Order: sequence, then structure tokens, then C-alpha cells
Amino acid sequence: MIKIEKRNDVSPSIYFLTPILAIFLTLIGGGIIFYVLGFNPIEALKFFFITPISDLYGFSELLVKATPLCLIAIGLSFCFKSNNWNIGAEGQLIFGGIVGGGVALLFYGHDGFYVLPIIILSGAIGGMIFALIPAVLKTYFNTNEILVSLMLVYVAKLLLDYLVVGPWSNPEGFNFPETRQFSESARMPILFDGLRIHAGIFITLITVFLSWLILYKTYLGFQIKVSGLSLKTAKYAGYKGKTMIILVFMISGACAGLAGVGEITGPIGQLHRNISPDYGFTAIIVAFLGRLNPVGIIFASLVVALTYLGAETAQIFLQVPKYTGQVFQGMILFFLLGSDYLLFFKIKFLVLKKNEL
Amino acid sequence: MSFDLNFIGILIGAIMASSVPLILAASGELITERSGVLNLGVEGMMIIGAISGFALMVITDNLFLAVIGSMLSGLIISIIFGVLTQSLLTNHVATGLALTIFGIGMSAMIGKNFVGIPGKEFPLLFINLKENVPFLGPILFGHSIILYFAFLLPFLTNYFLKKTKIGLIIRAVGDSPTSASNQGINVILVRYSCILYGGAMCGLAGAYLSLIYTPQWIENMTGGRGWIALALVVFATWSPIKVLIGALIFGGITILQLHMQAVGLRIPVQLLSALPYIMTIIVLVVISRDSRKIKLNTPTSLGQIFYKEK
Repeated sequence: MIKIEKRNDVSPSIYFLTPILAIFLTLIGGGIIFYVLGFNPIEALKFFFITPISDLYGFSELLVKATPLCLIAIGLSFCFKSNNWNIGAEGQLIFGGIVGGGVALLFYGHDGFYVLPIIILSGAIGGMIFALIPAVLKTYFNTNEILVSLMLVYVAKLLLDYLVVGPWSNPEGFNFPETRQFSESARMPILFDGLRIHAGIFITLITVFLSWLILYKTYLGFQIKVSGLSLKTAKYAGYKGKTMIILVFMISGACAGLAGVGEITGPIGQLHRNISPDYGFTAIIVAFLGRLNPVGIIFASLVVALTYLGAETAQIFLQVPKYTGQVFQGMILFFLLGSDYLLFFKIKFLVLKKNEL
Repeated sequence: MSFDLNFIGILIGAIMASSVPLILAASGELITERSGVLNLGVEGMMIIGAISGFALMVITDNLFLAVIGSMLSGLIISIIFGVLTQSLLTNHVATGLALTIFGIGMSAMIGKNFVGIPGKEFPLLFINLKENVPFLGPILFGHSIILYFAFLLPFLTNYFLKKTKIGLIIRAVGDSPTSASNQGINVILVRYSCILYGGAMCGLAGAYLSLIYTPQWIENMTGGRGWIALALVVFATWSPIKVLIGALIFGGITILQLHMQAVGLRIPVQLLSALPYIMTIIVLVVISRDSRKIKLNTPTSLGQIFYKEK
């Protein structure tokens, strides 16, 4: 017989162990899906999760993908911790990319150490401004931030499409929907020859450190956490709710914008239609898998980045569509949320004696 | 382009057709939300309905089975959401997002072998009358049975919620789950049923897209309609009749935008395509500005986890 009891307190070890359980269950679920599709599940999972990182290049690719994911998820953790549902990070990433890319095109042919920092900064500001729209509408017009931030993703995508097809398209590009390749001075420095890993990873790491400082060592971080736990308490304590909402949206928008500008000045080197394989949406999963904790998010971003690489490898070797990655990402979040049940409830397996029956 | 009466009739008919998936999905989600559950997985359930409907049509060559199958698959995938939010007490927003991500991925995975296959002609009713009656013909006739059902649905939903006992129970559960539970109502069972119903309607909405509206399978073919349907529920302040009005407005914007593109106005195509999304934001702002009105109409326990101590 199974008995379910409510826990009185949440033990920290379970809090960080359930994500691992979720990953394990996802592997089983993925194996079942591969089996149904007619593949040997063990082999398919090997192609998905081991082959991609079995050499140095693969490992560098993992970091290339984890860099934006981690950065966006860190920003989102500010929003989610305070119960603000910014799910339009994809749009903020694209808008950051558009603004940064526009500045990069403006500096086309310029040399100078100042070019790249200006581009990066403008990308962050772009993302920040775009995130301000749902924040301001939420605080002053009571508008649902989930829907507004999401609608803006489509608007940002269409704006990018308009720019790369129309006014910003490469004059020598035979009408391909893309801009010029940015000048060398506008590109993120590559860290190792032959690998794609770039200096953007330092931006991510610095952001992780700063957000840890803000969240755990400042009054603002305390306010964010209290508002997330209980809005009433926050109001009672006299926190300025509106300012905080706007602030957390600005932080997460800036992070998403940085991720966007990191992509276009890093691995991509120009603007085109698909500057992000839905990093903004996937980062939501990263944020939850990392328990909205800066260190947790680093590990989570590596795991989720692997699903991107795995999907690419599986597409080549098993001819499954690259969307398989999304199936895995959805499953991780399902299992993670589901296993949270263990945080609040104990499941006891009781053996009943005969005379009790 | 001539603005004769018949043309306007055809235009209105097209607007009605493009509003069908929104009406179906939003009406389903409205029932779900009335029971206090916020399911953000509408887009995911719609796209699963779209691919299952299309796949079944190709495999069985039977449109009836395809439509029923799409509803069933929408329902089945909503079970995941039900188990997580109702039995395992997970956060509604996060679970709904996971459902959408999972649904889009899953549909593309299933749909890989169905790209580029032409659809089958869906039977349209009263074709003769459509062509022979001026103006009213293209508005009232020549549509699929699903369209007629969709236009009836908001009225049925309205009656169901206001006049039937089950409707009353659903509203009670959404507004005050604790008191409903104390009255002996099984809150979790009611919410489960509403989630499954919502899933089936979203599945049907998807099937309308892949079987009738643009009869083929295209990856991501719902294109944000699920999210617009979610916005419509807020826009309608949880009233089924207003869902119908809202869906027609958005259908109107979509069709208008397509016609403006076709006419070749000197407005960028992308700006026109962005119109439905921008309009959604504007409408949401206008509706939500009055926070009292929203508070009065929102199901009180919307998105909150219900747990009964045993």
C-alpha cells in the first residue's frame, strides 16, 4: 500500500536532486519514443547525448549553445522569482540582435577597440527596451504580461524579416535575406583557433556572478524573493511593486538582448532571418531546471544545450527531425515539474501485515 | 477590385472561416479557465490536433475519423497537463508552456512524413445556395460543418454555463474551490473534465486548419493562433458570446491584411502580418485598463493550485 504524507519542510538536498531525477526520467521517456519510432533506444540515446560531446569541437559547440541559454535564463530567473511571467525572451533576444546588428552595420568598415563594446551595449539596451513594453503595460495598464511578451515575439520576428529583406539587406548579396557580414572589429573574439567558442562566454559568466550578488547579497534581491513568495507580505513591507516589476523585466530583457547580440557578433556574424533557434523559449526550461539559482542555471544550460546538439546529431545519423530536441526539452520540464511533488509530499510504501487486512 | 455586394459577402464568408479555429480553441479554453485552470498549452494542443487530423486523413482516407481523431489527440495530450496540475499540483503557467513546447516538437516529429502531401477536399454544405443567393449566399452557405458548429458553440457554451447544473458547478469550482469542495463537489474531477474538454476543442481547432482552412501539413502551421485564442478569452472577459465577437474581429484583421497584401499597397508585408499580434496587444491594454472590470469577471481561483487535505 502506498501512503502519501505532506512534508513539513523541504529538504535542500531533494530540492536539487529532483532535477537530476527529471533528466533521468527524460532519458527513459526519450528511449521509449525512439523505440516507438523504430530505433534501438540505447543507440539512439547515445547518438543524442554522447556522440555530440565526444570530441573537443563538440564540447566547444556545447559551450557555444549554453552561452546564450544560460544568459537568458539568468535574466528570466529575476522575473520568475518575483512572479513576473516574461515568456517573450525570444522577442527581446531578436530585438537586441536587431539593435546591435544595426549599430554593427553603422560601424561597417570601422576599426577600433570601441566598436564591439558599443554594439554589445546597444544590444543590451535594445532587449531592455523591448522588455519594458510588457512591464509598463503590466504596471500601468494591468495588462497580462504573458500574452503581451509573447505577441511581441512575433512582432520582433517580422521586424527582423522586414529589415533583412528590405532596407538592411546586403547591397552585394543577390537579394538573399541577410545583411552584410560585420567587420572584424564588430565580431566577438574567438577563444581558440578552429573552434567556435567566443568571448561571449565571459559576458555570461560575469552576468551569472553579478546576478548572484544581486539576488543573495542586496536588498533588491531580498525584495524580489519576498515578492515571489508572497505578494501580500511584500506590500505590507512597503516594497514599491511597480518599480520592482519594471526592474526585473529590464534585467531579463537586457540579458536576452545580450544573448542576441552575442549570437550575431559571435557565431553568426551578420543578421538573417533565423538568428535564434528558439533560445528565448528554451531558456525558460533552463531557468526552471536550474531552480532559478545562478549556479543551478549554469549546469542546466549545459544539459539543455546538449539537447540542441543531440537533435542535430540525431538528424544526421538517424534522420529524425531536429524538433526532437524540443520534445526532449518539453519532457524535461514535464518531469521536473512533476517530480516537484516529492518536495512537498512523502511517498511511503507500507507493507501491510495480514491481520491488518 | 470592385466593391459590389457579392464581393463583400465573399469577404465576410472568408472572415468567418478564418475565425473558426479561434472560436473553437477560445471556447474550449474558456470552459477550462472557468473551472479555475489556466492552460497555456493551447498552441501545443492545437498543433497536435492539426497533425493528428491530417495524418489520420492520409492514413485512413476518412475525414470523419480524422476529425474525431484530432479531438481525441488534443484530449489525450491535455491529460498530461491534467495529471501534472491537478494530481501533482504543478504550476499552471510553467506546465502549460511545457505542453506548448512539447506539442510543437512532437507535431513536427510526427509530421515529418506528411510534409508536401496534398490534402483532401472537405465537403462543403449548401454549395448551390452559395452561388445562387447574392450577398447572403457566400456568408451563410458553402461552409464546412465544423464552421457551423463553431458559430453555434459560443451560444451553447453560454447556455451551458448559465442554465445547466453542470455549468453552475464549473463556475462554482472556478470561483471558490474550497466552498465547492465543502459542498461535496469533487473539484479535481470537475477540473480534469474541463481540461480534457478544452484539449478536445483545441484539437478540433487544429484539425480545422490542416483539413479545411489550408488543407495540408506545414510545420508550426498554427502560427500563434493558440496564443491569440488565449488572449481572446481575456478580451471576452470570460463571456462566450464576446469570444465570438472577438474572434470575428481578429478574423477580420487577418483577412483584411491578406487582401491588403494582395492589392499591393505600399506597406511592408511584414507590418501587415504583424497587425493581428499588435492588435491583440492594443485590445488587451484597452480591456485590462479597467482593473475592476477584469477582477469582477476573472474566475477567482484562476491558475491557483487546489489541494484538499485528506
